[in-house]
Amino acid sequence: MRSNLYILLFMTAITIVLGFMLSIAATSLEARQDFNVEVDIKKNILSSLNIPEDKDQKISQEEIEKLYDENILTINVGEDGKRIETGGIPVYIAGESDEISGYSIPVSGKGLWSTIYGYIALESDGETVKGIKFYKHGETPGLGGELEKEWFTSNYIGKKIYDPSGGLVSIEIVKGVVNPNNEKAIHQVDGISGSTLTTKGMNQFIKEDLETYKPFLDRVRAGEVIL
Amino acid sequence: MSILSKKSKVALTDPMLGNNPISVQVLGICSALAVTVKMETAIVMTLAVIFVLTMSNTIVSLLRNFIPNRVRIIVMLAVIASLVILTDQILKAYVYDISKQLSVFVGLIITNCIVMGRAEAFATKNSVGQSFLDGFGNALGYGIYLLAVSFFRELFGSGTVLNFQVIPDSFYAGGYENVGLFVLSPGAFIILGLIIWFQSTITKFEED
Repeated sequence: MRSNLYILLFMTAITIVLGFMLSIAATSLEARQDFNVEVDIKKNILSSLNIPEDKDQKISQEEIEKLYDENILTINVGEDGKRIETGGIPVYIAGESDEISGYSIPVSGKGLWSTIYGYIALESDGETVKGIKFYKHGETPGLGGELEKEWFTSNYIGKKIYDPSGGLVSIEIVKGVVNPNNEKAIHQVDGISGSTLTTKGMNQFIKEDLETYKPFLDRVRAGEVIL
Repeated sequence: MSILSKKSKVALTDPMLGNNPISVQVLGICSALAVTVKMETAIVMTLAVIFVLTMSNTIVSLLRNFIPNRVRIIVMLAVIASLVILTDQILKAYVYDISKQLSVFVGLIITNCIVMGRAEAFATKNSVGQSFLDGFGNALGYGIYLLAVSFFRELFGSGTVLNFQVIPDSFYAGGYENVGLFVLSPGAFIILGLIIWFQSTITKFEED
């Protein structure tokens, strides 16, 4: 039997050695990891805007950077929805200044276990969903985790976030399958079974984030000059 | 005179078939189901487990005469957890997309019974060299089954092998469809069950 002092010293030594090893690894790999995350964010912004159109195609990090630089213009908008130089909230715009093909805005909020991060892209009319993409979350794989899957996100495409009278209604994830005869069907998407609380959180934060961008989206809908 | 002594050879080859961690001891099933939808993720997972298991066995064996008996489990866990975090960091830096697909399951190698089991059952009692071989053998035994299961799951579930389409388009045109069941976890259970059945028929293995 070893003495308590020995055990204490041994554990201290092992903790210090292992901790030291991990911090060296974490610091030396940080730059590469950050770069990966940055490219991944660009990839997701592009993906929410349906660029490139062929989703199964594998593209390298260099190609993503190139596509991003060619296609995406980032602007900041203030509380009145007008473009400002610094501060404000970002909007990622695809296309040329006279021919904008879509607007991507970040959405994020609490799901069940974690904060979910994603981008929702709207067509040039400012109300039809062009695409949505969630890139970071800690929801249960197979249940809430399905939110990143194509079968789920593709349901958003073509849905409207405004009702005909001009009120912002966002998009709601329903339980089960959307009833196409319901007049609200254009604002609803199919649910994921076993993820009631995840989707409840998503409904809430997507709506809140769209509200934040409402002044901007109203200007887009009114056909005002954005850039 | 062979390169390995008889005992070392047993340590290396026994876990591949006769005492396989998955098919005979039925350990590490959770991750075996989770990461075997595609072969690509199964290969990366195998490599990660080979690294962690070999290293943890070696380190625990190196320290076996110094580890106080009363806190040995904590020490092993600290070693294993550090190795897993290290692996996770490396994957995030070099194969980011795959690490995203593996998501929590790399982290869950910490709780993979095979790793802890080998440290406790073998590495604390045997020499460094043999613990190394035992760790490598067990990880490989685990990996072989991961690859076998993922091969069938990807083939029947997605019609591809290593992301190359192998089932010709003419089959699909003729009404053939991918079996969605194999993409889901129950499909892995079924394949794993069939493989274990097949193996125990050949080896005439019977549980006592």
